[in-house]
Amino acid sequence: MGPKVGVVTFPGSLDDQDALRAIRLCGGEPLSLWHGNDTLDGAQAVILPGGFSYGDYLRCGAISRFAPVMAQVIKAAESGMPVLGICNGFQILCEAHLLPGALIRNDVRVFVCKDQDLRVESGDTTWTSDFTAGEIITLVLKNGEGGYVADEETLRRLEGEGQVIFRYVNGNPNGSFHDIAGICNERGNVVGLMPHPEHNVDPLTGPTQDGRRFFSSVSNFLAAKV
Amino acid sequence: MPKPEILDPQGKAVTGALARLGFAGMSVRQGKRFELELEGEVTEDRLAEVRRAAETLLANTVIETFNVRVEATPESPDEATETEASEKAEFAARAG
Repeated sequence: MGPKVGVVTFPGSLDDQDALRAIRLCGGEPLSLWHGNDTLDGAQAVILPGGFSYGDYLRCGAISRFAPVMAQVIKAAESGMPVLGICNGFQILCEAHLLPGALIRNDVRVFVCKDQDLRVESGDTTWTSDFTAGEIITLVLKNGEGGYVADEETLRRLEGEGQVIFRYVNGNPNGSFHDIAGICNERGNVVGLMPHPEHNVDPLTGPTQDGRRFFSSVSNFLAAKV
Repeated sequence: MPKPEILDPQGKAVTGALARLGFAGMSVRQGKRFELELEGEVTEDRLAEVRRAAETLLANTVIETFNVRVEATPESPDEATETEASEKAEFAARAG
């Protein structure tokens, strides 16, 4: 059995089941975590899935960030555990200050749902080591509040330290600064992105299977650790 | 309020709608207003707590600024101690 990868379900999460399924299809052991519990049940990595946790009330991710399980996620992330935030999960990671910046409403003011081309900018994280910098991949993108913003200094730091890991190509779908689709923390164990790797693991339903490599990357990382 | 350097798609949409309705020369930025009713007296300590609440949860200071303003509750306008503090985010549409 592969590594135990937990997926947190918040009230309003949508893609938790797809994330659990993706973990299983890619050889990991999926572990369902509940937002109201204050334990990670021995998970070796954690995914915060897409959706509309707590109804997106106040701001996307603002309330989820204070869910009991998040205290454990934050502690684990700070000690190096791989944490992946997808879409709403990315918003939660920003609200929790595990990642810099914020996600605001798309500049086009409509919900965007499409197969999105991305350029991999860095394979140097626990979730992207199976990618090569410079390659173009395609993942499903679906969100209303996916515009990545941060102040100039933060953007300079992200660019300078190689923390921008995915960039939109062939058009910026939401007004994100510097075409940023995904970033990581300084250590490279916390990754957040708006597109959905978990929807791109099965030829029946995804435009590509590029999402698989997120799960294989983290498996390899965890296998090398023990 | 969204910080000046942050794009405000909602404000932009409202600006466009106003122009279409013939309200010329109005540019809108849209924020939020929270009304917090406080029990007991509004002291400096209490206001500091309100600011902390605003920073922690109500506002995301990465992209938003906030102001705290004290207002008397409508039922007791002459009793300054019974107040309502509102996180007033410069909500009014700015002229010009």
